[in-house]
Amino acid sequence: MPETAQEEIVIDLQGLKKSFNGNEVLSNITLQVKKGENLVILGKSGEGKSVTIKCIAGLLQPDAGSCRVFGKEVQQMDPAELKELRKRIGFLFQNAALYDSMTVRENLEFPLKRVAGLHDKGEIEQRSMEVLEAVGLTDAIDKMPSELSGGMRKRMGLARTLIVKPEIMLYDEPTTGLDTITSREISELILDMQRRYKTTSVIITHDIPCARITSDRVVIMHNGEYIASGTCEELENADDEFVRSFFK
Amino acid sequence: MPMPGKYSLQPALITVADQIGFLKQFFSNCFRKGFEWTEFFRQAYNVGYRSTGIIALTGFILGFVLTLQSEPTMKQFGATSMISGMVSISVMREIGPVIVALICAGKISSSIGAELGSMNVTEQIDAMEVSGANPMQYLVVTRILACTIMIPLLTIFADVIALLGGFTATNLGGAMNPWLYFYKATTALEFADVIPSFIKTILFGFTIGFVGCYKGFHSNRGTESVGIAANSAVVTASVWIIIIDAIVVQFTNMFVYA
Ligand SMILES: Nc1ncnc2c1ncn2[C@@H]1O[C@H](COP(=O)(O)OP(=O)(O)OP(=O)(O)O)[C@@H](O)[C@H]1O
Ligand SMILES: [Mg+2]
Repeated sequence: MPETAQEEIVIDLQGLKKSFNGNEVLSNITLQVKKGENLVILGKSGEGKSVTIKCIAGLLQPDAGSCRVFGKEVQQMDPAELKELRKRIGFLFQNAALYDSMTVRENLEFPLKRVAGLHDKGEIEQRSMEVLEAVGLTDAIDKMPSELSGGMRKRMGLARTLIVKPEIMLYDEPTTGLDTITSREISELILDMQRRYKTTSVIITHDIPCARITSDRVVIMHNGEYIASGTCEELENADDEFVRSFFK
Repeated sequence: MPMPGKYSLQPALITVADQIGFLKQFFSNCFRKGFEWTEFFRQAYNVGYRSTGIIALTGFILGFVLTLQSEPTMKQFGATSMISGMVSISVMREIGPVIVALICAGKISSSIGAELGSMNVTEQIDAMEVSGANPMQYLVVTRILACTIMIPLLTIFADVIALLGGFTATNLGGAMNPWLYFYKATTALEFADVIPSFIKTILFGFTIGFVGCYKGFHSNRGTESVGIAANSAVVTASVWIIIIDAIVVQFTNMFVYA
């Protein structure tokens, strides 16, 4: 039945808790993301949005609660399973995390060769150019990351993540530090990824226009919990003053 | 920050367990398929070739100074002809390996610690891991192996240059046939001088790479911790070099000269 297939849940967080040195960051996160859905997480700075998606990718271990991705508990995976899972997940870091000892081209080749297992020069070149075109960085292919501007680094990080066409994309502030026009282009790109490859995405952002363009559903995070969930329009007209304040 | 209990052993034990875990990971990744040859050669070039200048200079001065300083004493005993043998034994057995290792601890361990530390701080290691690539294999195995192979080679290089330095110093006084000098220097050496010290340099190389990688990988977040990682890599590697040296000498004395 196509109906149930569409409702398939890929990311399932139940009562997730995480503290750092006694400071509780996530107190009770329960969240489900369906296949092919674009979920936007809004929340004030330092609320633990980045921590949440790091738990999903297995970079941080939650203290309690369960975090299932593709139906499997991330914490209980052995290294080989975790590696397989990570091949299906793309993670855009808040600060891009480009490999700064490699050129832009090598940055793109790195996941292609090691994760996608591509060795054909022509195909690598073609995929690199394709993804660089999508983020508008074709001129920068032989530059070092240190020669790129902040926004270019961000787009480059996006390109490196998208190049392996992951099934789940975790975007940590994809449009922060970009001008309005580029920001809209990136939002369109995220939408395009969803449409073309049925990517499931979790998008952390402070950029309301980006949220409006990309989101199927928005959740708002406050004090380590999700306090509201709904479409952009629903939350904009919510009764809660705090929820509405995000959209002003 | 919560203070650990007075003189608690716990943090130290956790660190040791961590290091053993890291060591295990290193070995298991060493033999995993997909060895990163390009990165390995790049590191070997960095570790080896980039250090030849300072190693040559140090080696030369070592041989030169040792010769000059032992000359007056040896003259009193009328044993100047034994200087070349004495210098070569002391350089090969002890001074060469230790000095090269200490220099490399300062130069290489710190740079590995700082490089990996800053990759850690800027989340590059996380990015590698989360992309499904293997940072242990790409970053750590290549660097440790490069050190383990290149530092013994650098030591041999330093030994040879030290003999050259010794020869130059001998020649200040009167002309000596270079072949005679090298003949005397090398015949003074025994199997038992060379092999243990070669094994020692391999251990030194491994330690330098391992400590640098461990400190870099386990640095905290924040720019400051990059400096701390580099600094503690040098200190820890140097201390380990001295300890390993003492242990190897003990073993050599027990088994080789017994
Ligand atoms: N590795 C860590 N060690 C200690 N504390 C951490 C760590 N990572 C995050 N924190 C803490 O967790 C809290 C939430 O951090 P997080 O990065 O998730 O915030 P965020 O919601 O992404 O904020 P922003 O919108 O500014 O990116 C912060 O108070 C931070 O100090
Ligand atoms: Mg964040």
